[in-house]
Amino acid sequence: MTISSDLASHTADTSLGTDPALEPVAGRSPTQLAMARFRKDKLSMAAFVVVAVYLLLGILAPFGVKFGILDPFSFHSSAKYLDIESGSIPKGFMGGISWSHPLGLEPGTGRDVASRLVYGVTFSLTIALSATIVAVSIGTVLGIVSGFVGGYVDAAIGRLTDLTLSFPQTLMLLALSGLAVAMIVQAGVPAGNVAQALFVILVLGLFGWPPIARIVRGQVLSIREREFIEAAKLMGAPRRRMYFKEVLPNLWAPLLVYFTLTMPAYISAEAALAYLQVSVKPPTPTLGNILTDSISYSSADFFFFFTPAFLIAVIVVSFNLVGDGLRDALDPRGAR
Amino acid sequence: MFAYIVRRVVSGIILIIVMSLVTFLLFFASPIDPARFACGKNCSPALQEQTRKALGYDDPVFVQWGDFLKGVVQGRDYPSDPALRKTAPATIAHCPAPCLGYSKLSNDTVLNLVKNAFPVSLSLAIVAFIIWISGGIAFGVIAALKKGTIIDRGIVGISLVFFAFPTFFVGLFLYQFIAIQWQIVPIPNYVSIADGGFFTWLVGLLLPGLTLALFYMAGYVRMTRAFVLESMGEDYLRTANAKGLAPRKVLVKHSMRAALTPLVTMAGLDLASLVGGAIITETVFNYNGLGKLAVTAARNLDLPLTVGIVLLLATFVIMANIIVDVLYAFIDPRVRVG
Repeated sequence: MTISSDLASHTADTSLGTDPALEPVAGRSPTQLAMARFRKDKLSMAAFVVVAVYLLLGILAPFGVKFGILDPFSFHSSAKYLDIESGSIPKGFMGGISWSHPLGLEPGTGRDVASRLVYGVTFSLTIALSATIVAVSIGTVLGIVSGFVGGYVDAAIGRLTDLTLSFPQTLMLLALSGLAVAMIVQAGVPAGNVAQALFVILVLGLFGWPPIARIVRGQVLSIREREFIEAAKLMGAPRRRMYFKEVLPNLWAPLLVYFTLTMPAYISAEAALAYLQVSVKPPTPTLGNILTDSISYSSADFFFFFTPAFLIAVIVVSFNLVGDGLRDALDPRGAR
Repeated sequence: MFAYIVRRVVSGIILIIVMSLVTFLLFFASPIDPARFACGKNCSPALQEQTRKALGYDDPVFVQWGDFLKGVVQGRDYPSDPALRKTAPATIAHCPAPCLGYSKLSNDTVLNLVKNAFPVSLSLAIVAFIIWISGGIAFGVIAALKKGTIIDRGIVGISLVFFAFPTFFVGLFLYQFIAIQWQIVPIPNYVSIADGGFFTWLVGLLLPGLTLALFYMAGYVRMTRAFVLESMGEDYLRTANAKGLAPRKVLVKHSMRAALTPLVTMAGLDLASLVGGAIITETVFNYNGLGKLAVTAARNLDLPLTVGIVLLLATFVIMANIIVDVLYAFIDPRVRVG
């Protein structure tokens, strides 16, 4: 950036001379250009704001619970709140909406829905983010090695990719749930929700890396032929430096796009797993957990059934829009 | 072309064999004792030991895997004991040739259990596939033709929304409101064509089919739209228009041709994984397909059944990959090289 701006001022000084009509041309890096393109895209920007709000909620919720602003666990099951005679549906408008409970109460237990949802965002995003990091890290490392080394290594990683892709992901998560959690506990992780969450993260990540590895490999194949790689080779750069200092920085654009497109897939996956009862166990809230809890009230308290699903849909759509926007901004040739 | 197909099939078979080994290692090298669960409730240690022996769980994993592969080719007996065969043949469960294992919990071969569930999953996949492929292509083309208008945005937006809501929410929503509350369609229930005729079969599959289709459609709408739009800038399309070809013909014969190859790939793979059971949708609508069977197997830790289903599903996916690649080579001659 400094070089380009120096260059810009330099050309402005010499060639334009004293002509005030011509503005000096400010040099902009490809990143700046891409960000400018992204900012112009109103839909993507709106989606970005939504994602930012979710992230903020997710980060702040644990503090809210700690300081008593959010109360996702205590029951309000007395007759004052719930209609005990007809299936413990909350009294009042749309599932008991009031100032102290802005999204109403949970039927049956009377827990505060808003608190549970906000705290659920924390857990859902944590699981999705960790799983995405696992998948992207594995995919990136294998993709770089595969594309850079080539030959037998490339072929081996390619077969490994095929093998992993052929496993049915949801079924594997379901089928492995009993076994893998037992394995994780055996490895020394305390049993319970930590082990359960770790299982979801690991299995999502371990089965999710192949598409990333393929994309990275494709990119590396072209990066490998560039001059700066040759220069690094001539200078005798060790392998690790080649992979992580020379190749990796050139991959951030596709990785960023893939990251934002994997996150929503894993948020949905967590919800599906919660429905199959292999995600984190209640009372710990995740968006999927809360939605699963609400199923039995789908007709009696529709608002309670709809809200968690709506929150999931909004974050999934937003992440997808941000991902699409980033792709269009970072790769102008691919703009449709 | 023939060499290409042979190469793909051979590598596919190798992949299936390796995958079966990995599956065995994953499931039988775990800290969970398969015999304990195969034995069922109220199991004495002696009975558990007997079950372990009968099902071969006392052998090393690699031996078990070898026995499994042998069973697929020539069938096997549980327990495999020639002496017992002479004295008490009734205690032996025979599993004929493509033997995928024996579920002690259901007292049936995995293949039989799968055979019963398969028609349900297949029917569901077919109905869903027809809805989503016709809907996806039609809406994709409309969106492309009306690019930038409110119709375009509406189609793309709505398909994204259906994609974003969790499948089980959409399924339950349709079930709860369309079937139960508003009674637009009868409560979904699987009736085979042989039992109730084509129409009853179709009506029974409408809601679960729609649930799946709504989820899958989004990708197809976007892809069709993108490729039709992309082809609009191509020279060959201008030529087709210039020589006075009817707009409909230009669209169908030239514009959509560009979208065909990626659509075939996507459709083939999606269909293959669906045929192997739509876990969530089948659970929501309580259809006894492969997905539901897998859920039950996993819940009961019925390892032979789980492994059988996993292998079968993965085999579907691998075979679909091969078929798609071969189709691809037919559609697009450039692929055949390499």
